[in-house]
Amino acid sequence: MSRQLEFDIFRYNPQDKGSVPHMQTFVLDETENMTLFIALNRLREEQDPGLIFDFCCRAGICGACAMVVNGKPRLACQTKTVDLPERITLLPLPVYQLIGDLSVDTGSWFREMYQTTESWIHTNKTFDPNALEERMENEVAEQIYELERCIECGCCVAACGTARLRDDFLGAASLNRVARFVVDPRDQRTDRDYFEIIGNDEGIFGCMGLLGCEDVCPKSLPLQNQLGFLRRKMGITAIKEIFRK
Amino acid sequence: MQTYYSDLLVIGAGLAGERVAVEAAQEGFDVICLSIVPARRSHSSAAQGGMQAALGNCAKGEGDNVDVHFGDTVRGSDWGCDQEVARLFADAAPIEMRRLAHWGVPWNRVVPGKSFYFKGGEKFEKEEKEEKRGLITARSFGGTAKWRTCYTSDGTGHAVMCTMDNRCAELGINVFDRKEAISLIHDGDKCTGAVVRCLRTGELEVYLSKATSICTGGFGRIYKATTNAVICDGGGHIIAHDTGVVPIGNPEAIQFHPTGIVPTDILVTEGCRGDGGTLLDVNEERFMNIYEPEKAELASRDVVSRWMTHHMREGKGVKSAYGEHLWLDIRHLGDKHISTKLREVDEICHHFLGVDPRTQLIPVRPTQHYTMAGVRTNKDGAVYGLKGLFSAGEAACWDMHGFNRLGGNSLAETVVAGGIIGTKIVEFLKGYETDFKTAVVAEAVRKEQDRIEKLRSGANGKENVYKVREEMQDALMEGCFVFRNDAGLNKCIETLQGTLDKARKVGLVSDGLGANHELAAALKIEGQVKLGLCIAKAALERTESRGSHNREDYTARDDKNWLNRTLAYWREGADMPELQYEEATPGYEIPPGDRGYGGGSIIEADKAEIEAKMFKK
Ligand SMILES: Cc1cc2nc3c(=O)[nH]c(=O)nc-3n(C[C@H](O)[C@H](O)[C@H](O)COP(=O)(O)OP(=O)(O)OC[C@H]3O[C@@H](n4cnc5c(N)ncnc54)[C@H](O)[C@@H]3O)c2cc1C
Ligand code: SF4
Ligand code: SF4
Ligand code: FES
Repeated sequence: MSRQLEFDIFRYNPQDKGSVPHMQTFVLDETENMTLFIALNRLREEQDPGLIFDFCCRAGICGACAMVVNGKPRLACQTKTVDLPERITLLPLPVYQLIGDLSVDTGSWFREMYQTTESWIHTNKTFDPNALEERMENEVAEQIYELERCIECGCCVAACGTARLRDDFLGAASLNRVARFVVDPRDQRTDRDYFEIIGNDEGIFGCMGLLGCEDVCPKSLPLQNQLGFLRRKMGITAIKEIFRK
Repeated sequence: MQTYYSDLLVIGAGLAGERVAVEAAQEGFDVICLSIVPARRSHSSAAQGGMQAALGNCAKGEGDNVDVHFGDTVRGSDWGCDQEVARLFADAAPIEMRRLAHWGVPWNRVVPGKSFYFKGGEKFEKEEKEEKRGLITARSFGGTAKWRTCYTSDGTGHAVMCTMDNRCAELGINVFDRKEAISLIHDGDKCTGAVVRCLRTGELEVYLSKATSICTGGFGRIYKATTNAVICDGGGHIIAHDTGVVPIGNPEAIQFHPTGIVPTDILVTEGCRGDGGTLLDVNEERFMNIYEPEKAELASRDVVSRWMTHHMREGKGVKSAYGEHLWLDIRHLGDKHISTKLREVDEICHHFLGVDPRTQLIPVRPTQHYTMAGVRTNKDGAVYGLKGLFSAGEAACWDMHGFNRLGGNSLAETVVAGGIIGTKIVEFLKGYETDFKTAVVAEAVRKEQDRIEKLRSGANGKENVYKVREEMQDALMEGCFVFRNDAGLNKCIETLQGTLDKARKVGLVSDGLGANHELAAALKIEGQVKLGLCIAKAALERTESRGSHNREDYTARDDKNWLNRTLAYWREGADMPELQYEEATPGYEIPPGDRGYGGGSIIEADKAEIEAKMFKK
């Protein structure tokens, strides 16, 4: 069965003064059940130990390994080589700062996003260790979890035309994050508070609704619905704001 | 060189590390957390099953309480745990789950009314009470008397990790990712921080602190087959052990799981076997029914792993490009069952194997799964040997797991221990002053620069780090896996001594610049081989079978001689670990008895001695 795979991989190490961005070709024999996780590790261990890329869980649950595979942002660990042609092109995700070769800095991007969206429950209640937990309908809990499934892989942002054009655009992952707190009854923020964060062109009004984001999300998050939900909500809030003035 | 100061430096930003950090930050202390990857990618987020706490809200959890949870934990540990610690843990777990709810975890809740559940492929009915509506619910997990495992759908670790990391952001804690601690700064007496390699630039940085906490998770990656993330490589254990004064507790206590998929060892749930899945060999014949006529595939994790290994040794394994394996067969469960009850397994088969479990077999083999071994601390989380150094989570041997961890207890441990140990660190920090000796700092940095320079220039030798690592992993799989015996362990030690020699002669093939991975691997390879030697040596000395430590040549649990904990030190310049022993627990609430799973005989301890050590209530 064995095919010979040809990997065209983007190479550039910003920490090496002599390095210039270029594509490099590697050849590897395909083995059964090979994923890009296996292939890239073999390339590094057998052919070029200087190759830079990220994996962590290697099981599709942590989001570390997103890269552009034959033109599409996706998780490398859950990409099987049998599903790809013999020539495989690998590029780092756009938008994020490059660390080297296929590795980008999603960490800093997402940390900044937590601060912008104030990604935590806002409440004035204090915790009482001696009391029973506050009750919540299971349906609500599941609804929150549905939105919290984002693994911060960055695929949606990398696939977003607006995010590529303007680096201040919040992106689908951030807007989805806001939606997560909007549906959580424990968060006491009002629509006006959320409007302060996303009611502008960097936020919900910058989104062109082309939905590159939902197509590439490896967790199949309902990004389209959330963007629509927020746009309506924030639209109404905007109108109320105008009448307040 | 960049130097950072803080009251508390937490190495590791998984659930344990961030929980410790939150506790100290809430009290107004200045905290820095370091992590190899963005915090939410920590291995904690991979745990799907859930975490145990005796809330007793759901129907099948009725009558549960902290005493029952405590008892399950002690039995699960095969009486190897510290009972004082297990007690602290069980008592605090319910409060900690409620606190998580307050911070934002979307726990699944009790839904009143009738519903069905499956057990061993059979259908049962239960009814949830109206008065419990909306309280935190629980699911069933192996080894527990009651349904006690709190969960959020199939992503408990992920959801709790998100909430904890949000809490850190709210408190303004500095969580720095792509930072790897490569040595501790200490004077042999107290710890004052760490030397860290930035994984963005490759530069070294210095972090000085009054207190330091190691929360770096397990070290499954020293085995070839493991369910652990690639960053679970023992970095935290190594820097502590390297000081020469900090012991690794119970290195021989490593847990294995029967069904990791081949080649990547991703875990497929016990539920497959629970619901009626079978294990097949190279001839596609069942074998578990031969070895365990009664329980067959449903025997406990360690028992099934053992028979699988045995069967492969008998030449019945399936050969593949990635080594031998066996088959898991769930075809007969049918489309409906697979696409509803085992959806996650279906997805794993699809994404990582391209296999349809309705018509095809799943390649599986036993894999390393959990590290009960760890940096030895006392019940306050203070590490033996160095003042100002603490440890929590899977990295630590706080020792509530003893020789076997109960499913669902480790995720709970991360937050419960994180809370308790965080409080103890706060007590420590209050009124504590330290001085940073510039000579000590400079020497620590110089040593690391020197190490890196030698690896880059090949001054030590030209051994390839990946080949050395493979040799270590193979040796451990061969001699120190689910089965252990005198001959195998001796051979393993002999091989590893050769590997240690090679590890000391590693030289880089690449230039080692920037976020270079080969350098990261090279910096820890010697420490990893040493950890391997600790496991093998401790396993050789322990002439009994307890929990996951199973000796083919000493099949009984020997409470007369081995009701104790191994402490493995690695003295400076030594070529082998030095083993010491301490009592497993300062006293007993529950005297040693049958653990209730996995069979095996027991050589009993002296009754009067145990009696004298019973805790007076
Ligand atoms: C597949 C799988 C499923 C599991 N399911 C369950 C379950 O359902 N229930 C349960 O109770 N338990 C489960 N466990 C076990 C449980 O997930 C872990 O024990 C627990 O999450 C460990 O948490 P931790 O905070 O101690 O470490 P981790 O979450 O592993 O975090 C370690 C942190 O340390 C950092 N780090 C490591 N080395 C360094 C270094 N040198 N310098 C700086 N930072 C470093 C890492 O970047 C990371 O941030 C499971 C384990 C596996 C493998
Ligand atoms: S729908 Fe909005 S967020 Fe999604 S890709 Fe298009 S512009 Fe970006
Ligand atoms: S929303 Fe989806 S694609 Fe975007 S970061 Fe989250 S998981 Fe990735
Ligand atoms: S490595 Fe975690 S998602 Fe791919």
